Amino acid sequence: MSNAMSQTWYMTQRQLLVFARQPAFAVITLIQPVIWLFLFGNLFKKVIELGGFGTTSYLDYLVPGVVVMSALSSNMWAGMGTLEEIQRGTLNRFLTTPVSRAALMNGNVVNNGLVTAGQSLIIVLLGLLGGADYPGGIAGTAVLVVAAVLLGTVFGALSNALGMLVRERESIIGINTFLLLPLTFLSSAFMAPSQMPGWMRHIADFNPLNWAMVAGRSAMSADPDWGAVLGRGGALLALAVAAVWLSIRTFRSYQRSV
Amino acid sequence: MNTRAPAVQARQLVKTYPGDVTALNGMDVTVEPGTVFGLLGPNGAGKSTTVKILTTLARPDSGTATVAGHDVLRHPDRVRRAIGVVAQNSGADPVATGRENLRLQGRLYGLRGAALNRRVDELLDRFTLTEAAGRQVKGYSGGMRRRLDVALGLVHRPEVLFLDEPTTGLDPEARTAMWDEIGRLAGEEGLTILLTTHYLEEADRLAERVAIVDRGRVVVEGTPDSLKGELRGDAVHVELREAPGEAGRTLLAGALTGLPGVHEALFDGRRISARADDGAAAMPALLAALERAGVTVAAATVARPSLDDVYLRYAGRRYAEADTTDSLALAGGAR
Repeated sequence: MSNAMSQTWYMTQRQLLVFARQPAFAVITLIQPVIWLFLFGNLFKKVIELGGFGTTSYLDYLVPGVVVMSALSSNMWAGMGTLEEIQRGTLNRFLTTPVSRAALMNGNVVNNGLVTAGQSLIIVLLGLLGGADYPGGIAGTAVLVVAAVLLGTVFGALSNALGMLVRERESIIGINTFLLLPLTFLSSAFMAPSQMPGWMRHIADFNPLNWAMVAGRSAMSADPDWGAVLGRGGALLALAVAAVWLSIRTFRSYQRSV
Repeated sequence: MNTRAPAVQARQLVKTYPGDVTALNGMDVTVEPGTVFGLLGPNGAGKSTTVKILTTLARPDSGTATVAGHDVLRHPDRVRRAIGVVAQNSGADPVATGRENLRLQGRLYGLRGAALNRRVDELLDRFTLTEAAGRQVKGYSGGMRRRLDVALGLVHRPEVLFLDEPTTGLDPEARTAMWDEIGRLAGEEGLTILLTTHYLEEADRLAERVAIVDRGRVVVEGTPDSLKGELRGDAVHVELREAPGEAGRTLLAGALTGLPGVHEALFDGRRISARADDGAAAMPALLAALERAGVTVAAATVARPSLDDVYLRYAGRRYAEADTTDSLALAGGAR
């Protein structure tokens, strides 16, 4: 293992430890998706009769939506952790060691990716327990998980950039509360696109949250549209790369401002 | 004098933060290898900014600096391998245990396997943290946390150790313990320590050489004793009931320095700091002179000169006052 890679792994491990040592925190991050899954699953059960969902069970339709939404809501807080590390002096302590600067940033990305993947898998399994059916099988699920991780990377990186830039919790809290619900409802998370008002559907077309849902849902269906999966997945990947690049730029400007 | 190259050499460092806050304004520091050097000054004087530049965290706007023979701007990586840093907030991971924190720190410097284990055990033992090694750091007391911070800075046996305000926020007992610990470190072979402090007492006690920093540059440098020795005789502090006006000051200064054995009278609000060859002997004449001038004395003391007097002499204001003024002026600004 090269030096930068092993250092990335140490940094990832360190962050995973935070998660592992605070089981209450891990449980809380899972309670929310469970609530969405079973509350909305039951509340909207009958909307499936409207048609356009591509399945006969609303839960089948809902699971990818909740997976992606949870990826968003857990990653958008990444900046809080970064902010805490800055204020506690941890980031500066690492910056005075020879640790690879890339490893510091990559540790964040890898950690968030692993947590998102784990969380996504658990939601898929919970859906399975609740009676959901995934005709796309393991390959389809893998696509959904990758899409969720990419989406999480986008918002995790943006949140980190914001944390380093504004250095105050209130801004992160404000922006997150402002973004979460509109982004979710302006997507196909709960409602089939054909049932959405035209203008909403058009907005949803530009919503990265929706890209992840379309890609994941299609891959998990009986008859995946791989063109759509690749198109949306590619767009997500490009966006993730851009967001990580932006957070690295912000990191450099943070270093200059120390 | 030592003929080896200095462990730390900074020349004419200038650093301005956004908003036109001048943190450093021509800072010069030279630290001889194997010595303890103290940067003394109030909050906002530029001590932390100096440390940030020397530890490769920040870049100066102009000026040069070498640490352990490496240029901080051209070879930051070599500098990072040679230094240990204990910052004001060292940020040990609160969720990880003391041992885990030390192991990670060691790994970042390339320590592995048995060598890493041995070094971590050694440090835990030395800083009496062995018992707490398996506990999460969030449960540590302030003193334990600080000892862990120092241990983290020493994990790779650095040539130069930076201690930024090592005892700020510690209770008196933990502070004394930390002083003893730093004193022991100083005795170790070859280790150079640069410490910053805003406690006069701390600089006096720990540092072989002290530089007094004010408004981004060094105003005077020397051993604590030589600095105090430059102030001949005793310090006589007199507190008046009311602060004299501008004219009153000139008048009083003339009257006091005209007395035999009294050399200097500095005014600072209601306080007068005078220096006398023999403070006790000069006191009656001094009080009589003040009475003749028509001012009422509230209190008077005689003391051996302290670094506080040195500070007043060179920075032109009393230490505690500079501390509050500067920290207010720079509240929220970069230090």
